Amino acid sequence: MKIGSTLLSGGLGKLGVLTSDVEFGINGYVKYHLFGHEFELTTTHISLLIIMVTLIIFALIANRAIKKADPNKVPGPFLNMIEYMVEAIDNLTKTSMGEKHGYKFSNYIGTLFIFVLFSNISGLFGLRPPTADYGVTLGLAMITFFLIHYNGFKYQKSKHVTNLFKPIFLSPINIIGEIATPISMSLRLFGNVLSGTVMMGLIYGLLPKVILLFWPGGLHAYFDVFSGAIQTYVFCMLTMVFISQQFDEE
Amino acid sequence: MSNITDQGLVLACSAIGAGLAMIAGIGPGIGQGIAAGQGAAAVGRNPGAKGDIMSTMLLGQAVAETTGLYGFAVAIILLFANPLLGKLR
Repeated sequence: MKIGSTLLSGGLGKLGVLTSDVEFGINGYVKYHLFGHEFELTTTHISLLIIMVTLIIFALIANRAIKKADPNKVPGPFLNMIEYMVEAIDNLTKTSMGEKHGYKFSNYIGTLFIFVLFSNISGLFGLRPPTADYGVTLGLAMITFFLIHYNGFKYQKSKHVTNLFKPIFLSPINIIGEIATPISMSLRLFGNVLSGTVMMGLIYGLLPKVILLFWPGGLHAYFDVFSGAIQTYVFCMLTMVFISQQFDEE
Repeated sequence: MSNITDQGLVLACSAIGAGLAMIAGIGPGIGQGIAAGQGAAAVGRNPGAKGDIMSTMLLGQAVAETTGLYGFAVAIILLFANPLLGKLR
């Protein structure tokens, strides 16, 4: 009965049509009222909370390690790993956004990368990936949308608006294209992660328990780790490409 | 045939529609295959640029995947958040 009961707005699950023990939907746990609306604390919130606490603990440990680092000594394995991560993200932003502007965005891109990566691979640890909820991915894509247009107005001033009406008969298509950017970005991440979640849910719910001892390992490796890492990379890469398009036309 | 309820008919047709919506997966499959083949050819011609070719190929494949994911979104909506059931009443 738990199948997707509140996946988007409730459907077959509420009618009790599907009664197998397949489970990949969003379940509500605690109901509360705010400003006259009813909200629910769902699996997404709980997974997000666990991921955020993990990341905050990691950040605190890393910060302590960096503060205590002695520049005259060879860094230890943990410090080496942190330095490698920071350098990799700096290089990624520099190569795809240019030497001049790239460094300013490495903070945001690094945060986004680590958060989306941890969200995508959280299926390995038994959580429901928060990025398989459209609210989360739409939020992430809206941040990108505002960054694109903030930087557009910052670097191109009023040309950012007039470029939309350059060939006047194409202006509706240009405006739709601008609005479609966050929708397609969010649907891409959401669809990829959700398809993995749905398939893992079906496999765990329908196969006999003996097969489950060894078979889902390879699928986890593909859907959670490989696909999750690639989608993280693609989301960050698209964010950087869309933002750096605004610098080029100076 | 007379004991099929309205709801059952809508649900059955939605399931068929969800299956048909996933035909959209053909296009991205072909497109991603072409991108991967061209990527392999490019690496064969210039093995030094493997990193750049890989990242460009993955980005192009991800963008090509979008249309397939729209079909997937339609299928998921038909299965789990059916808007047609609400029209019965």
